[in-house]
Amino acid sequence: MRTKNIILLTFYFLLFTASLIPDVAVSAQQPTPSDDQVNAIARQLYCPVCENTPLDVCPTTACHQWRELIRQMLAEGKTEAEIKQYFVDYYGARVLSEPPRTGINWLVYVVPPVAFLAGVTLLFRAFQTWKRPAKEPITGADHSSSPGSGHEPAKGSGTAADDEYVARLEEELKKRN
Amino acid sequence: MLAQFGFGVFVLTFLLALFSVGAAVVGYFDKSDRWVEAARRAMLLTFPLITLAVLTLAYLLVTGHYELQYVYSVTSNDMPFYLKITALWGGQAGSLVLWSWLMSAFASAVTLRKWERDRELLPWVIVVTSVTLAFFLSLSILYENPFARWWQTTAGDFVPRMFAPAGAIPLTPTDGQGLNPLLRHPGMIIHPPMLYLGFVAFVIPFAFAIAALVTGRSDDRWIRLTRRWTLVAWLFLSLGLVLGMRWAYDVLGWGGYWAWDPVEIAALMPWLTGTAFLHSVMIQEKRGMFKQWNMLLIILTYALVIFGTFLTRSGVLSSVHAFAESAIGPMFFAFIGITFVTSVALLIYRWKDLRAEVEMHSLFSREALFLLNNLLFMGVLIVCFWGVIFPLISELVTGQKVTVGPPFYLRANGPLFGALMALMGIAPLSAWGRSTYKTLGRALWKPSIPTVIVPVVLAILGVRNWIALVGFTLVAFVIFVTLYEFWRSWRKSILKISRSVQWILLILLILLSIGFVVWIFLDLSNWITPVVCMLLSYFLVAIWLLARHNPRRYGGYLIHLSMVVMAIGILGIEVYQTTTQKTLAVGENIQIAGYTLRYDSLAQFPYTDGRIVTRAVVSVFRGEKFLGELYPRYDYYPSGQPMTIAGVRSTLADDLYVVLVNWENVSAAQAPFKVYHNPLVNWLWIGSLMFIFGFLVAAWPEREEETREGKI
Repeated sequence: MRTKNIILLTFYFLLFTASLIPDVAVSAQQPTPSDDQVNAIARQLYCPVCENTPLDVCPTTACHQWRELIRQMLAEGKTEAEIKQYFVDYYGARVLSEPPRTGINWLVYVVPPVAFLAGVTLLFRAFQTWKRPAKEPITGADHSSSPGSGHEPAKGSGTAADDEYVARLEEELKKRN
Repeated sequence: MLAQFGFGVFVLTFLLALFSVGAAVVGYFDKSDRWVEAARRAMLLTFPLITLAVLTLAYLLVTGHYELQYVYSVTSNDMPFYLKITALWGGQAGSLVLWSWLMSAFASAVTLRKWERDRELLPWVIVVTSVTLAFFLSLSILYENPFARWWQTTAGDFVPRMFAPAGAIPLTPTDGQGLNPLLRHPGMIIHPPMLYLGFVAFVIPFAFAIAALVTGRSDDRWIRLTRRWTLVAWLFLSLGLVLGMRWAYDVLGWGGYWAWDPVEIAALMPWLTGTAFLHSVMIQEKRGMFKQWNMLLIILTYALVIFGTFLTRSGVLSSVHAFAESAIGPMFFAFIGITFVTSVALLIYRWKDLRAEVEMHSLFSREALFLLNNLLFMGVLIVCFWGVIFPLISELVTGQKVTVGPPFYLRANGPLFGALMALMGIAPLSAWGRSTYKTLGRALWKPSIPTVIVPVVLAILGVRNWIALVGFTLVAFVIFVTLYEFWRSWRKSILKISRSVQWILLILLILLSIGFVVWIFLDLSNWITPVVCMLLSYFLVAIWLLARHNPRRYGGYLIHLSMVVMAIGILGIEVYQTTTQKTLAVGENIQIAGYTLRYDSLAQFPYTDGRIVTRAVVSVFRGEKFLGELYPRYDYYPSGQPMTIAGVRSTLADDLYVVLVNWENVSAAQAPFKVYHNPLVNWLWIGSLMFIFGFLVAAWPEREEETREGKI
């Protein structure tokens, strides 16, 4: 039993020592992260103090310190995701260039495509309603409006439409008189 | 004394605007020309009165009356004369005065026209313009008074008030804070008036639209009467946006021109509806369709103009709570709500009268493609509007602000802009009325052939980014279609012109050619410039030939060309921008995109206007070849505000944009530099200049039209 405990303790000691070695190795070998490495992350974050200013170009002292913090965290071996999460935890989701895809924030991604698709559907239905079988004879004006001809067609495309147009015109004139 | 005078003039003008509203309404319902005439004269009187107030304010700014809070906040003793004048719109109170001034100028211009034919529209045009004017004047009088002066209260506080608070003593500072350094750039001096000219000019077509709705005029008269106004509004709004981009590029020091900032988007939104409106009204003019849609578009444009001013002036962007605390915010909100609801209610009331005169027959007709264009513009608008207001909604609902930044807008708007470019190429080749996929296909195949070669050539040259490949192919497509259209029309028109004009043209071209050949031989090493100038001059002669008879059509094509030229610049910088940052000791290098930059020296010196300039000298090399020196600098103003001015080497191929990073530690021995390589960005500015030229052609008066329409 005692031998077993000694073996276990030795194992834990070795494990602990081994867990220290990579850290020591990393901090010894990790060069100071360059400005470009810092900016690669900083440009994805927004200054928590200023309005709509990415962290990589924000001139405030606070942002300078935050960039140094990013540098320090990179030197410690933190990943990009971890650094971004750190800033979100401390300053809220506003530091991200886009709202995180959770809860009410989904609306920002869902509403525009839904509204646009609704517009497309509406337009398509309107086209179907408008597009009637072309029974009326086509006027000369429409023939003249060949692509790129520059001619302006007369309003209305057939006799029926012309009649309707004339009736409307007369109605307008009556109203004005 | 002068301040009281200016304020009194404001109050009087406000009362006159209210009177003109009342008189116009009474005149309309009583069918009394005398009341309408009284309203018109009252409206006309507002312009000289506001001009008087503006001149008073300008005098106070120039002569340094720092006892006035506005003068104190935007001027200082060391500012040059021209900046003191431009400080007129350098702050919130002044910019609202500018709004009112332009509104009264435009409304007066409209009321000065001959009204015999459209008498019934006049009262309602006056009502809309006067209500808008009265609203902005009320903001100046009640909340953002530029004539308010400093007082020290009995509690020791300094407060700006028009009239003395009880027991307070007047304060007269000897110097002011001065204009924000960022606003001293030429781009920023012209940018706000341009935007405001655009904003305010859009009120005029809106006023005519409301007048048509109230009076029940369902024809396109209001559109024809305001066509020039709409074009002018669109030009100024476009120029305002471009100048804002240029200012951001030159002054903000982050290597870009557009950051999808809510303030930028606030100005873009009315431009989007305005552009959709410009296209859509053509369908009403030519086919008698989309009357309801055009009304809705101009109502939206007006609402967005006021909304844009509201966004930038109410403090709502910084926080919804700031908005609630500001007095001006709720006033704006109420005004937008009332005008929008009233306008839409009027439109619904007249809905049936505004039905189309003809039906749409083909999905491939030009009107159908224009409608699709409108849908795409509305798509971009939805993205922009939602992106701007979502952070406010989030703050209201969850109490937490979020940022909706460039990745969102680029992802959502990129495909929409791409589709708009494709339409820009297809629509000019479709016909009004009946157009089938066969006729459209027949028109499209010729310009499509060189277009399909473009992505192949680009791929061979090493372009692998699919956005660039698609984007440049679309750019090429629009260019080929437009040039093909020019060529076809030019061939037709050359046969129609008289023999004498043909001879003049021939002689002109021969003389031009001789001139350019001589120029080329004078300096054979620099043959590109004369050749480009020669081609450009031939193109201009061709444009002149075509645009004589249909300036609107060919001006429109030139504007399309300018847009795709701008797109080249946008694609270049968006897809291929690279950047690097490094702290350099004197003599050390930094490399980017094949360039080498060497830090040579740093100097710090005071400037005459009190700022301290810190300027670096950087040598630029391409391989071993020395290309020149750049002087990135930052200026510290006496107020403590810094301004970063990049050193830029600009060519048609790219910009090398060097920033002396003042937010890091700078010393003569070592200094941090941030360098951007912005390919093709200059085409953005060249396209802007082409846009102005295209606009001038499009707005050129058509002789027949002038006499027929009786333009205003």
